[in-house]
Parts: sequence; structure tokens; C-alpha cells
Amino acid sequence: MTKDVTYREAMGRAIRDAMKADDRVFIMGEDVARYGGTYAVTKGLADEFGEDRVRDTPLSESGFTGAGIGAAIGGMRPIVEIMTVNFSLLALDQILNTAATFRHMSGGQVGVPLVIRIATGAGRQLAAQHSHSLENWFAHIPGLRVLAPATVQDAYAMLAPALEDPDPVIIFEHVMLYGRTEPLDVSAPADLHFAAVRRTGTDISLITYGGSLPKTLEAAEALAGEGIDAEVLDLRVLRPLDNVAILETVSKTRRAVVVDEGWLTGSLAAEVSARIMEGAFWELDAPVGRVCSAEIPIPYPKHLEEAALPQVDRIVAAAKAAMGR
Amino acid sequence: MTTKATDDIRPHLTHEHCLHLMKQMIRIRRFEEKCAELYTQEKIRGFLHLYIGEEAVATGVMEALGDEDAVVATYREHGHALVRGVPAQGIMAEMFGKVDGVSRGRGGSMHLFDAERRFYGGNAIVGGGLPLAVGLALADKMQGRDRVTVCFFGEGAVAEGEFHESLNLAALWKLPVLFVCENNGYAMGTALDRSESETDIHAKAASYKLPAEVVDGMNVVDVEAAARRAVHAIRAGEGPYFLECRTYRFRAHSMFDPQLYRTKDEVAAWEEKGPVIRFRDWMMAAGMAHDADLARIEEEVASEIAAAVTFAEASDWESVDTMLEDVGAMA
Amino acid sequence: MGLFKMPSLGADMEAGKLVEWMIAPGDEVKKGDTVAVVETQKGAIEIETFEAGTVGKLLVEVGETVPVGTPLAEIGDMSVEAAVPAHEAVPEPEPGPIAPPAPVAAPTLIRAGRHRASPAARKLSAEKGIDLSAIKGTGPGGAVTSRDLEGTHKAAGQKAASASGVDFTEMRKAIGRAMARSKREIPHYYLRHQIDLRAASSWLDEYNGSREPSGRLLMGALLVKAVALSLKQFPDMNGFYENDAFTPSDAIHCGVAVAVRGGGLIAPAVHDTDGLPLGDLMAAMRDLVARVRAGGLKGSELSDPTITITSLGDRGVDEVYGVIHPPQVAIVGFGTVEERPLAADGTLVAAPTVIATLAADHRVGDGRRGALFLREIEKLLQKPEAL
Repeated sequence: MTKDVTYREAMGRAIRDAMKADDRVFIMGEDVARYGGTYAVTKGLADEFGEDRVRDTPLSESGFTGAGIGAAIGGMRPIVEIMTVNFSLLALDQILNTAATFRHMSGGQVGVPLVIRIATGAGRQLAAQHSHSLENWFAHIPGLRVLAPATVQDAYAMLAPALEDPDPVIIFEHVMLYGRTEPLDVSAPADLHFAAVRRTGTDISLITYGGSLPKTLEAAEALAGEGIDAEVLDLRVLRPLDNVAILETVSKTRRAVVVDEGWLTGSLAAEVSARIMEGAFWELDAPVGRVCSAEIPIPYPKHLEEAALPQVDRIVAAAKAAMGR
Repeated sequence: MTTKATDDIRPHLTHEHCLHLMKQMIRIRRFEEKCAELYTQEKIRGFLHLYIGEEAVATGVMEALGDEDAVVATYREHGHALVRGVPAQGIMAEMFGKVDGVSRGRGGSMHLFDAERRFYGGNAIVGGGLPLAVGLALADKMQGRDRVTVCFFGEGAVAEGEFHESLNLAALWKLPVLFVCENNGYAMGTALDRSESETDIHAKAASYKLPAEVVDGMNVVDVEAAARRAVHAIRAGEGPYFLECRTYRFRAHSMFDPQLYRTKDEVAAWEEKGPVIRFRDWMMAAGMAHDADLARIEEEVASEIAAAVTFAEASDWESVDTMLEDVGAMA
Repeated sequence: MGLFKMPSLGADMEAGKLVEWMIAPGDEVKKGDTVAVVETQKGAIEIETFEAGTVGKLLVEVGETVPVGTPLAEIGDMSVEAAVPAHEAVPEPEPGPIAPPAPVAAPTLIRAGRHRASPAARKLSAEKGIDLSAIKGTGPGGAVTSRDLEGTHKAAGQKAASASGVDFTEMRKAIGRAMARSKREIPHYYLRHQIDLRAASSWLDEYNGSREPSGRLLMGALLVKAVALSLKQFPDMNGFYENDAFTPSDAIHCGVAVAVRGGGLIAPAVHDTDGLPLGDLMAAMRDLVARVRAGGLKGSELSDPTITITSLGDRGVDEVYGVIHPPQVAIVGFGTVEERPLAADGTLVAAPTVIATLAADHRVGDGRRGALFLREIEKLLQKPEAL
């Protein structure tokens, strides 16, 4: 049975259901309790579960992320909410040097079953320091599982398996997705391994993740109007990448464009492109294209912000270029 | 070698206990000396940070802990691991990088882990262990467990943001953390008064509204007494506690350090007030120990360490084939 | 211990310079005593002995730099040096880091039946008209690479000068492939025209009469020149058809078909044919033939022809219809020059004639153009002195 809900409601519900099912689960972060969450994801949870399990923290990203790590080692199943990826840099030392590293460095003894939720992305004219997309920095780190739910269904369904993972999981929630309304079936489970084909096609593969999915689907519709049948692959899991799905779609269509809101240089799109080159070179009829953000700090005025970020028209143009048009 | 959990707020200075304290310190001292020697022979590689001179702090604090409590330490951790009960042979094998090391040889000197004994490293990031300790204590509190987490760190960590974040969180949430600052006066080559406007570290800690004491880190009995007081308060639910143990490292920061930042006279002066010398003199004067006791201790320790070295030498290397194991989210 | 050695004091220390001895032979030292000062990148570091004993010989002098592990002095009981320490039984560490296999080993997805060719190979094959599917590839997984095509091309054309003989089997195969492809893909149309060579013939006789054999011209040179000059009016016969489009060539390089001993055929280019005086053209053609026979053609000669001309020579038959060499768009054929009945001025005469044929790419033009082209060649041959 499905119901139309918003992305934020779906994530809020997932947290709630997880906390009801397991006493070890708790959430901490800035303004998650009394404020109800910066993006209103945790609204009402403190009233339901109390402020011990829905815990407001001081502005101490490194401190409370490290505390989340320690609590996970100590037997809890914490969800740490880092308000946005822009502030996550303060916690990056704990995430990399402790959470991602401990299990291997301790010879397998000390795992960190921690979930970190991080809002990401641009589009609200919040200017440079509040507009980053740094998913690929985290996707670079061995020991982390990195998720990018792009649909309401995934926003709900990916949390439970993430909490069951004995190793750290980072969930990126694009800020422009929070308000989207889509059907949700709470009984449908989700995996944390596979990419998903959101639209089948035969002429070109548009590969993307997170907040860029809606734009990419829109671009696919526009391309259909021009006689180009695009397949859209939603990566869902940014680390480890679903190599098989990537190679399969490109082998089918022989062309690919990767859409990624990160900056072009050293982007996750570059990683995907390299894998396509390594694994599907002989199948290609065109170079792999990338549509990424312009290499500038994201500007404040609307027209510049729009011009800096990937948009439908640029995706369409890149696809047509790959088709030789 | 693990201590029993005891609620005693004061140390019991029996003959047996005193010899035990002395032996713990001698174990650390001789182990570290052997590591230095092995390092010069390239058996131990990378960085080596010796605890010589600071033995009383780890020894004294560990007396106040039980098996259920947790320990978070730094890269200068061999002594802490030893007195916590982590087997010397496992530590030595780890220093050699062998697969029978406590971390399968993967971590080396700075990353000793023993989950069974709740020894959580070992951290090469100064200040990195403080939030970890806060989290371990948070888990205990949320699960209603009566356990203490002790967090050792140097005075250099006080400059890091994580120190402040962690003390604040621990005090705010009244977490069962014992913060032990081993103030040896130097953060690598930088003396404390060159890096802190307020050099009274316990005063800084007190500003976070947790009880904070200064302790003579060269006096193992003082350290044990302070630690027992602190742990007692923590177990009573009073929240975190802070001990600034003033001590001194007799050796360089690490092996490859010409110590251009301090004088030999300063080192010599501290050596004369060293923890082993002072405790031995006190014990002898008090009739608590005789030369024969000390000779026996040295012999037992020498034998333990020789066995550890033999074990480490004989241990294998981890196969490259298993190198990819124990990492989350492998495809 | 016995021998006191230069200690390692850090992971990146490879050697140390001894700057001071704190001991002398005969001294008693205890464990922990400083015995020397060593200069390192970081500064002077005192080094200690871990063994007690009497100091024997000092083995290194002040000022010397020695690698880590070098014996510096004898301390204590030297007899222990003879015994093999227990630790030497330990196996050496793995030789260097071995790159682990990538956990996401990117196996290529192989679709059954798909022939693999690199983008470079595909581009080259389109240019040269080579059929990829028949070429054995030497790239990963048997993929055809550009290098595989270069080999083929040489075989289809001619080997480089250094080789002693052409592998005709390979060449025949390559020619076969190219011809098959040409027939498959290029819609040929054919035209035939008989050309009166009386004027050309008598002019030749006159020209040659006063010259040494080496300076004489053959009819073939006149025919080639006439074609070249005609192409200036008919650029639609002179160029390349690639990627669904015809590009005329600025230059005119006639590929002159030469038979190779053993049964091969090759058509190297005479560059800028239209600009060559007849004497030069003749010399160039003779030179080509010689080099074809000897195997000494240049790559550009094989790849540059903008049109091909094939002649049957003296012992052929009346007409020859060629197969266009892609990416060219036309091939002109000349049958054997001989006396044939010719209707002229109302009477029948026996005159030297040649039957010229044109096979041309119908995608580029039609018979009308081809006819005009052949007519132009005929016209030019009526004025041999202007060639």
C-alpha cells in the first residue's frame, strides 16, 4: 500500500520506525530535538521519545560525531545528524581517522556501526559556504558506505539496513529533495548495493545520483521529444559503486553522460567515467560526457547559481553531443 | 595482570600492593627500553614514542579501574596497554608488525587495540580520542551500565578544539568519563607556555564545570589516590572528572628527535625526581621493600620481556592476501 | 652484543655522521650510557649502548658518514658475534608492497558476437577501406587496434623499403577484402568511350624519334596526364567519400596501377600529376614501377591517390572496368592501345584507339558528369602537344 509523502516525512518516519523497533537507536545533532530539525525531518520525535534519545548537541561537529563513534562502539546504534555537508568538514577527521579506519587498523576488532545523515547540495541561493556537494570526498574513503537516496522510497527504506550495517554508513540527503512528494510503500525493503534504472532507454545512458535525479529524468523526457531514447541510472550507493549496473547500461546504449552536482575536477563523475573506460571501452560509440558544477564557489544570485549547477538544458546538450548531434 | 574493581576510595599501601605498583612501573620502563633498542636495530619501524618517566600516571590510574571499564589512550600508549593487562607479547608483536600483534600487525606502536580488555587505542591524531571516550561513556549512561571510561591525553591536546568540545559534552551530559591529562610540559618540541595563554590546565577544565585536580604525576601513590577519588565520584553519578597529572618524559618525543628544545640539565633534574627512583626510595625507607624484592621484580620483568621479544620474532607476517579484509563496504 | 652498530633513529634515516666519540677503548660502559653523538637531518642525537661491557676498538672515525647498521665499536664480549642470533631464523618480510587486486575488478562486459575494434582502428579502417571483421586483432581480448591495420595496409599496398619481398598472400587477401567492401558499399556506374589516338600517336613518334630510349615517352604517360588535366574541370571525380559526405581534394594525385610480380596490384600516387611536364611524369611513372618491383614505396604514395588509373598495357584486351578504391570515388580504365576500325570523315580507317572506361561512385555524381569527364579526356588527347 503506498501513500504520497514528502522526502522529509519519509526520512522522519524511517527514523521514528527505527527508534521504535530498537532501543539502541538514538539520534543526535544540532537542533534535532526542540527545533524539530533544520529541515524538519525530526519534527515531533523528541516529544515521542524524549530528549535522551533525540538529543540536541552543542555546535561541536567533531565532538558529537566522535561521540557517536564511541557510542556505536559502546553498543548503541546512533544516528548522528550533521546539519549539512558544509559543516561536516569539522568532523572529517573523526569520520576518516576513527570511524572509517578503526576496524581495519585494529585487526578487525573494533567496528563502528554508526549512521551519519548529512544534508547536501545547492539551489536555495545560500551562497558558497552553504552550497557544497562533497559526496565524492566521502566516497573516496575505504571503510565507509555512502548512500544517496534520490527518491522518497529510498529515503525511507535505506535507513533500516544502514542501521544494521556493522560499519559506518553516511546518508546524503539533497536539500532540494526534501519537499518532493512521491509514493511510499513502507513495507518494501531496500538494498544498499545496487543502482536502479529509473527509466529504460536504448540510445544513451544518463548516470546520476541524489538531487540530480529529477533533472536527469526531465532531461530524458526532453530528449525523447527529439527522438533520443535515454536510459536513466540512479546510482543510489556511491561507495561501493555498482560497477555491474554501470557497465551494463553503457554496454547496452554505447553512450553515457554522468550528471553530478560536484565540481568537475576530481568529481564522482570522473570515477564513473574511468570505470566505464576500463570496463566498457570496446562498447563505446562516443566519449563519456560529464555534466557537473562550474568550477567556482557557488554564487548567491539566482541566475548565477542556476548557471553554475547542472541543469536540464546542459544535460540535454551533453546527451545530444554524445549522439553526434 | 588486570586489577579488580574496587570501590575503595583510598589506596591500600600494603607490602603486596606496593611491590605490585613498583613492578608495573618497572615493566613499563624495561619494555620501553627494549623497544628503543629494537628500534635502533630496525625491528620496530615508523614512529616510536616512549613513556619513560611517566610510568606513575598509567600505573596509578589503572589501579582505580575494573575490567569492565574502558581505556582510551594516545600514541604514547605502550605503558597504558601493559598495565591494562594487554599481553606484552601481543604488544611487542604489534610493534614488529607481525600478524600475532594485538591489531594483527596493522597498526604498530601507535594503534594498539584490545577489545576484550576494552582498550581502544592508540591514536595518532592529537585529541582524537577525547570524543571517542565521550561516546563510550554516553553509551554506558544510555544503557544504564555502571562503567567508567578513562581518557589519557597529553597537554598538547588541550589546544585542539576537540578537547573543548569533549569536556563540554561530557560535563553537559554528565557522562562517566575520567579525563587524565598527562602534562609532560612539551607538545613534541613546543613547551606549554609557548602554546597556551593559560597554562593551568586543570583550571581550564574546571571552567567546563567539572571537578578538576592537579596531581604530582611522579608520585604513583598520589596518582592512584586521585584516580580512586575521581572514579568513586564518577560511579556515584556525579559526572566527569579531570586530573592534570604533572609529569615529565625523560626521552625525546620520539626516537628521531635531537631534543633541541630543552636542556640536558632540565632532563637530569627531572630524572632525579623520577617515579621509579622516588617510589623505590620511599619503599626502602619505609621498609616496604628490600633489594631482594627489587631484584626479583627485575628478573621477572626481564624474563617477561625476553619472552615477548622471542614471540614477536617468531610470529609471522600477515599475508597480503588477507590485506583487504576487515574494511566495511567492500564491493 | 659485541658490536655496537649505527642505530636507526627514524624511518627515513639511512645513514648517520659520527661527530663525537664519548668513549675510548678500555672504558667500562653500562646500559644506557651515551657512547657517541651522531649528526642527522634533524640535528645531533646522542646514541646509547644497550649493553654493558668494556669498550674495545673504535671502528669508525669522527667525521665519517656510515649507513644504519654499520659496526661502530666493539663493546663487551666479542665472542657472541660468532653465534647466529636467534632472530635471524625469522623469514624476511614480503618483498615490497604487492598491489592488491582491485576489489571492484572492472571486468569488461563482453557481449557475445561483438567484434572489438578500438576507436583508432575504426577511424583508420574507414579511411583506408579496410574490412575490420576480417582482421585479426592483437589488442586486449583480441581487439583490433590501429597497429593491426597498419600491418594490413602495408600488405595491401606495399612493404617499406627495408623488406626484401612482399607477402603476396597477405596482399591478395587485403586487396580482396578492400575490393569486396568496395563492391558492397559503393554504387558503381560504368561508362565506356573509344578515343581516337591518331594525333597522340603521331606526336609521340615525332617526340620520341629524336630522343634516347631513356627519354622517350610512352602513351601511358599521355593518358595519365590527360586524366589529371581533365580532373581540374571535374573535381567531383577527384576526392574522398567518407562519413556520408564527399570532400573534393585540392590536389590531384593520380594513383597509377602497377602489376606486381607474383600477381599483386598496387596503385601508388604520382603527386600533383596535373602539374608535371610529360617528361617528368614519365620519369615518375618509371620510378614508381621500379620501386614497386623492388618494394620501396613510401607510405604517402600509398595513401594519397585521389583517383586511380588502371591500364591493361600492351597485352591486354579492349576494355577494363575497375573497382573503385575507397575512399576514392572514381577509377579510370584504359584498355590496350591498338589499331581498330574507326569511322572518320565518312570513311572507315584503321587507327590507333584506346577504349577508356570510367567506374564512378553514383552517390557523388551521375553518368552525365562521367560522360563529360571522359569527353574531356578525349579532347585533351587530341592536342598532345598541350599535355
